[in-house]
Amino acid sequence: MSSWITSNVWLVPATPIVVALLILGIGKTARMTSAILAVIGQLAALTMSIFAFVPTLHTHGFRAVENFTWFTFGDQSLRIGFVLDPLAAAMMLMITLVGLCIFVFSIGYMHEDKNFSRFFAYLSFFSGAMLGVVVANSLLLLFISWELVGLASYLLIGFWIERPSAAAAAKKAFITTRIGDMGFFVGILWLYHQSGTLVFYDNGHGCLEPAALAAIGSSVTLVALLIFCGAVGKSGQFPLHVWLPDAMEGPTPVSALIHAATMVAAGVFLVARVYPIFSVGAIDGVTPSLEVVVWIGVITGLMAALIAVAQSDIKRILAYSTVSQLGLMMVSLGVGGVAAGIMHLLAHGFFKALLFLGAGSVIHGLHHEQDIRKMGGLRKLMPITFATYAIGMMALSGVPFFFSGGWTKEEILHATEHWPQSHVPHYLMLAGVILTALYMTRQVIYVFFGQPRAASSHAHESPRVMTIPLILLAACAILFSIVLTPA
Amino acid sequence: MTLSIFLIVSAALFSIGLLAALSRRHAIFILIGIEMMLAAANINFIAFWRFTATPTQPIGVMVAIFAIAIAAAEAAVGLAMVIAVYRHFRSTNVDQLNQLKG
Amino acid sequence: MSAVAFVIISILTLSAALAAATNPKLMHAALSFAVMFVGISAFFFLLGAEFVGLVQIFVYIGAVAVLIVFTILLTRHDQEKTRGFNWSGVVISIAVFAGLVWAILGTKSLSVAPGRFAFVSVRRIGELLMINYAWPLLCVGVLLTAALIGALILVMEDKRE
Repeated sequence: MSSWITSNVWLVPATPIVVALLILGIGKTARMTSAILAVIGQLAALTMSIFAFVPTLHTHGFRAVENFTWFTFGDQSLRIGFVLDPLAAAMMLMITLVGLCIFVFSIGYMHEDKNFSRFFAYLSFFSGAMLGVVVANSLLLLFISWELVGLASYLLIGFWIERPSAAAAAKKAFITTRIGDMGFFVGILWLYHQSGTLVFYDNGHGCLEPAALAAIGSSVTLVALLIFCGAVGKSGQFPLHVWLPDAMEGPTPVSALIHAATMVAAGVFLVARVYPIFSVGAIDGVTPSLEVVVWIGVITGLMAALIAVAQSDIKRILAYSTVSQLGLMMVSLGVGGVAAGIMHLLAHGFFKALLFLGAGSVIHGLHHEQDIRKMGGLRKLMPITFATYAIGMMALSGVPFFFSGGWTKEEILHATEHWPQSHVPHYLMLAGVILTALYMTRQVIYVFFGQPRAASSHAHESPRVMTIPLILLAACAILFSIVLTPA
Repeated sequence: MTLSIFLIVSAALFSIGLLAALSRRHAIFILIGIEMMLAAANINFIAFWRFTATPTQPIGVMVAIFAIAIAAAEAAVGLAMVIAVYRHFRSTNVDQLNQLKG
Repeated sequence: MSAVAFVIISILTLSAALAAATNPKLMHAALSFAVMFVGISAFFFLLGAEFVGLVQIFVYIGAVAVLIVFTILLTRHDQEKTRGFNWSGVVISIAVFAGLVWAILGTKSLSVAPGRFAFVSVRRIGELLMINYAWPLLCVGVLLTAALIGALILVMEDKRE
């Protein structure tokens, strides 16, 4: 089974996309059918991801590559395929697992919405495109999937098309990420011009392998920074962070899936994927392009944490928190802690999705009230939501031992402490971590503790279809720390 | 893969374009039909170039490029006319644009 | 050139063209019009004219189809559907199609296999445009300028009155 999957990894992104087309085909009225189809598709992708993940654990430096020649023009050819290595496999697992929880949650959250089937079609399409980004075998295929992810994000943020604010937010998201993608595209063109190939691993001729990296020569910093532009746009780094808070106009499951767990993770994933280009000629693990990554991450992390302290919309706090955490991840990648950064990415995917879904449960229970100053005392009225939200909050704040966030943040701070270039990122990120604990505690106290304020008086706990994914994600947030404990 | 099968497909496309141009009453649909006919003719050019001439001289490609440019110019002017007429008559139904009818 | 690819592309193109020609809803017709051009572009790729295929995507889908969508949105009236379908058009188009097919199948010299495949590079096309086809290129430039100015004048509102 595992060997069949490792040679057919392309099925993992293809399944949700086929499901999305099927759902669009069956029409608006088949509501439950579309939801069940979407969940089955995601479950199939999850199963395949698990089977694909297992062999990557056994062998050190595992990499399964498949480059299929689609068509040739002249003496060049377009090759599509996949790369399966521990990075891709772990990302696939996180995306499918978090996606499955969110799909099930959406059945309850979007229950009264009249565009129920369209929502699941878009969710499946997004899931397939994101998986495509993760397993792509060449920068071209990655870019194509990248743009499809941006399209899916536009469709999902602006899902409630009657709202002008949602349409404006969707436009803002698309245009801002497009600006980053322009830089990304120029970087791809330049890389192709210098090295002659965009395929990652190609029996020694791939663009991430030493031969091509040497051919790029002195412009490798510029190429790396241009590719980083795409990551800046997609992951909401400064100065292209402006779209993330406005993207909260979309339904909460969308915020959980796209802007917490997966799409914004694509930028961090991109930097990790093309890390050889960033680290060419590294002296002590420092290159000019990596320095830029660190500083932009630092600015983003600190700035967003400061803004989050002053927010009063429950989802905006989480949105700025996401921007801040992504900054932290970029810092980690920049100082050389690639494994730590990716571990934080995976853990963050779990607990941020948990937090967003918990916020969705709160919003649903309070009949679409989102201002935390009008909430309070929900600890007794929505106990399961409170418990899972508290677990997510402690994981995000980095409470040690039991919660995965604590381990990963410790790793990152450890890596920044040993950066030869400067100690400023370490201290600023430490401040960011403290601020994270501050605003999350503030949010939890406002929402769950104290006396019930305006909207909370008639709150009720969410149905089981919404609380079970919460419990599952909370379990993942805790269990992930078992993986991370230095054994 | 013979030449005739490509020509049959482009003939089908041409007649569908003719269908759109002749049987629809909305001015924009007629323009859509015209664009379809032009595209079908382009396929013909390229197919003939590929199959019969020695493909080292890209004559068919050149003609197709010019045809695409001309089609774009014609589409722009045609649509500008549709907008101008709509402003005046508040209708795009060609049956109602009959002031010059004798 | 594979026969499977040809069959799939031609089914896609012809069904999209049929949808564009007969769908009473304007927006749906315009969007299937764009899909049809994707199919035609795929035909060009199949025939070895990759540059023309890409130019087709840029110009037709990126410009002409978008223009048509804009015009539909600008000339919207109360009714979204268009009334009126002239059935004599169907008869004429079927007659034309039958005549063309009879002519194609009747010509023996058209049943040829593809010639030697030689790759036409963009550099070659550029050279030809600038050297052999310079005069038509300049004429097309003038034509496009004239079309641009003409379209602007047609749509410009009269501020003087």
